[in-house]
Amino acid sequence: MDVITNILLLFVSGLLTNNFIFSKFLGCCPFLGVSNKVETAMGMGLAVTFVMALASLFTWAVGKLLIAFDIEYLNTITFILIIAGLVQFVEMFIRKSSPSLYKSLGIYLPLITTNCAVLGVTIINFDSYVVMEGGLGLLYSVLNGTFSAIGFMLAIVLMAGVREKLEASNIPKALKGFPISLISAGLMSLAFLGFSGLFAS
Amino acid sequence: MAKAKLSSVFFNGIITENPAFRLVLGTCPTLAVTTAAMNGIGMGLAATFVLVGSNVVISLLRNFIPSKIRIPAFIVVICTFVTIVQLLMQAFVHELYESLGMFIPLIVVNCIILARAEAFASKNSVIASAVDGIGMGLGFTLALTIMASIRELIGNGTIFGFDLFGDAYEPMLLFLLPAGGFLTFGLLLGIINKLTERTSKKKEEEN
Repeated sequence: MDVITNILLLFVSGLLTNNFIFSKFLGCCPFLGVSNKVETAMGMGLAVTFVMALASLFTWAVGKLLIAFDIEYLNTITFILIIAGLVQFVEMFIRKSSPSLYKSLGIYLPLITTNCAVLGVTIINFDSYVVMEGGLGLLYSVLNGTFSAIGFMLAIVLMAGVREKLEASNIPKALKGFPISLISAGLMSLAFLGFSGLFAS
Repeated sequence: MAKAKLSSVFFNGIITENPAFRLVLGTCPTLAVTTAAMNGIGMGLAATFVLVGSNVVISLLRNFIPSKIRIPAFIVVICTFVTIVQLLMQAFVHELYESLGMFIPLIVVNCIILARAEAFASKNSVIASAVDGIGMGLGFTLALTIMASIRELIGNGTIFGFDLFGDAYEPMLLFLLPAGGFLTFGLLLGIINKLTERTSKKKEEEN
């Protein structure tokens, strides 16, 4: 029972209360760069979810090894290499298995390496087992990565919907493009702030 | 001649191609750490150190790195400098290190640094790359400090920890929250667009 409650908590926190973009500012570059159309935003979100889940899995194992050898300070460099390798692998796999998916996702895949949400979640997971004895287990690490990524996808798809409407509206010239997107993101973040009241304790 | 070119490389980073305000790169730290002016400067200087270091090393190695694996190679170089900065800050400015938190390791994936490695350091001489790193880094620091000062001033009534308005001022907490970060950044970009639009119009009229 405890396990299910914890998973549910993780789900709500990843999606709403601790949304990566609106409350942690992780992954803002693709959030602003690839949110022109709902379709591409969806693709980017899916690719990120896939990589983040895999990255959480691998970095969990490697993180344990780093701790065992007492070389925690190498975490950043190992994790980024794992992520870069994974992205390369996913790219090759998708290119072979589904050319149509590759066509729509292909250009975003290399971008994921420099998406701070991916490195961010691995560092959050890693820090949790430096701070706590034992820390997040394998299951929780992977779920944390997946749910945070789904939160990222939710944010980027919502943003794309807003920006599609903004295209057609009459806004001051100086605010066109990035500024108005940032302001709308601010308003959305304000709305997401409301969710933080979900957990009183 | 060479001197004039170096100075233009330097000011390119601070004004014409300011990474945060003009190119809109590295938005995550720009939004996340700018809740206090001191954090803004700290983050900016840490990024500057990494930027100069990685630019110099990559420019030294530019003829040895095969172009196919250049991105992973760049990332390893950048990561080395980030780890150095991380350990140095942990040792000497621990308070700042704590308040910047995970955004120090995340300098690795700051697009500005990889973009400069790819666009500038891998094609130019060591000295020019170092100057470019300093210019871009200071431009980034400037942008962060401006953002952070505005947010700290409105959200907390202080600047660099100094109380400006006295007790009568009711701080507007919104500006310290994530939503305020997005709003401040958006409005600042809008203002800068407006200003540059005006100056470019003036230039056109003069011509």
